[in-house]
Amino acid sequence: MTLPHYDVLIVGGGHGGAQAAIALRQRNFAGTIAIVGDEPDPPYERPPLSKEYLARDKPFERILIRPLAFWTERQVDLLLRRRVVRVEADAHRVETADGATIGYGVLIWATGGAPRRLTCSGHDLPGVHAVRTRADADAIMAELDTVRRVCIIGGGYIGLEAAAVLIKAGKQVTLLEAQDRLLARVAGAPLSAFYASEHRAAGVDLRLNVTVDCIEPADRGLSVRTADGETFACDMVIVGIGIVPAVEPLLAAGAAGGNGVDVDDRCRTSLPEIFAIGDCAAHPSAYADGARLRVESVQNANDQAATVATLLTDGTAPPYAALPWFWSNQYDLRLQTVGLSIGHDDLVVRGDRAARSFSIVYLRAGRVIALDCVNATKDYVQGRKLVERGAIPPRDALADAATPLKELA
Amino acid sequence: MMPTLTVTTRSGETRSIAADPDASVMRAIRDAGIDEMLASCGGCCSCATCHVFVDQPQLDSLPPMSVDEDDLLDISEHRTACSRLSCQLPSLDGLRVTIAPED
Repeated sequence: MTLPHYDVLIVGGGHGGAQAAIALRQRNFAGTIAIVGDEPDPPYERPPLSKEYLARDKPFERILIRPLAFWTERQVDLLLRRRVVRVEADAHRVETADGATIGYGVLIWATGGAPRRLTCSGHDLPGVHAVRTRADADAIMAELDTVRRVCIIGGGYIGLEAAAVLIKAGKQVTLLEAQDRLLARVAGAPLSAFYASEHRAAGVDLRLNVTVDCIEPADRGLSVRTADGETFACDMVIVGIGIVPAVEPLLAAGAAGGNGVDVDDRCRTSLPEIFAIGDCAAHPSAYADGARLRVESVQNANDQAATVATLLTDGTAPPYAALPWFWSNQYDLRLQTVGLSIGHDDLVVRGDRAARSFSIVYLRAGRVIALDCVNATKDYVQGRKLVERGAIPPRDALADAATPLKELA
Repeated sequence: MMPTLTVTTRSGETRSIAADPDASVMRAIRDAGIDEMLASCGGCCSCATCHVFVDQPQLDSLPPMSVDEDDLLDISEHRTACSRLSCQLPSLDGLRVTIAPED
C-alpha cells in the first residue's frame, strides 16, 4: 500500500516529533506534514509516566501535548500504529511494518529509544514492566491494585521516580542497582548519596552493587535472583535501565552512527534530507567541548526540533547550542539540573543537605559546567548564567550558600 | 459556564478563548490552539517557558506566587511586576494575559 507523499515526514510522535510539527506550522510552513509512529495515541508528555500519571494525579487527557483537534486544524496527519522499519534514502521513502510505503521530501527522525531490556532469563515474564510509553504505564497501573511488593531494577531517574510513586501508593518497594551508587551515569556522588538516604528513609529497600541474574516465576508472583544468589520475592518487576536509541532503520540505510545516529550541529544526519532530533540524535554538544553525545531530555528534543524547523523554513539556522536542563520530582524533592555534568573534574556542594535544600556545582578546569539543584530553584535559575558563560568563580564563594550565584556570574 | 480568558499573543493579536474551569491558564492557551508558548515541563513549575503578563489590576485576584515560581521567573529577561507562570494560574473568568516574549 502506498500512502500519500509528505513534504515533511516526521518519524516518532514523542516530544521532538510533535514539537517539530508544531514549530513548522508556527513558522508558516505550508507544505504537507505527517507524524508516523508506532503508538496508538496522539503525542503526549512522557515525563509524567513515572510521576503524576503513574500516581493517577493526572489523567491521560491532561498529558496530551496538544488536544486531538489541534493536529487536524494544523493539517498535521497522524499516522498512528505504524512503525517505520526501512528507510530508502535515495528514493526518499520509508516502509512501515505493515507494508505501507510513504514518500517524503524531508525526513525528521525523532524515534527516541526503546527501553533497554534485561537479557537474563525471565526478562519477558508477565509482571515484568518497563516505563517508556503510555501502554507501559497503563499495564503497571492495571496490575497495581493486586500488587503488594514491587522490585525495581535500576537506580536511574525512572526507577527512582517510580519508587517514590509506589511507596506513596503503599507498596513495598525494593530497588536494585548494579553500580555502587544511584544515578551513577548522570550525577555526582553527593547527589547519589542524598537520594539513597531519602529513598531509604521513605521505606525503599535499596540495594547497591547488585547484579540481577534472572527472574523466576514463584508460587505467588516473581522472584528476582541476584548474581550473589540472593532472591527477592515480589509481585511486579519494573525495569528502568536506560534506553536503546531506535535508529536501526537509519543505520541500515547507511547513516553514520552507532550509539544513536550521528548528526551535525544543525541536526543533519549523513544522509540527504534526513534530520534526527531528540534522545536518538548523537550531536556535537556545545556544553561538552563539542564532544558527540546523546541527551535524553524534553529540553533537547524541543530545542532540536526548533533548530530543524528554523532551518527548513528560513533556509538557515544557528548551530544547535541550547542550554541543557532537566528536572526530576521525587517525594517532595524538586531536582532541577542545568548543563551537563559529564566530564567534571571537581564539584562543590552548597546549601544544607540536612535541610533538603542544596546544590551541587560541577566544574571542569575551574569552569562551571553544570548544577544539580535540590529544592534550590534560586541556585538553578542563577546557576544557568554561570554555565552559559563558563564562569570560573572562586571555589569558596561557590560553597558559601549565603553568596548568591548571580554575584559570581 | 466556561470561563473566558483574553489572550494577547506575541504578534499583538488579542483573542477571547473559552477555558476548561479545571485547566491552568497555560493549558487553556494551548488547548485554544495558541502555539507560541513552549511550556516545556508540562505545567509542573520546573521551567519558565509559559511566562505571561497579567493585566495589572487583576494581579491581586490571583493566588500568590510560590517561592519557586518567583525564582523561576528570574530566568526571563522580560520579567515585570505583572509576570506570572501561566501553569500556576487558574482560569478565572475575565482574566486578561499577554504572552511574554521568548527568552
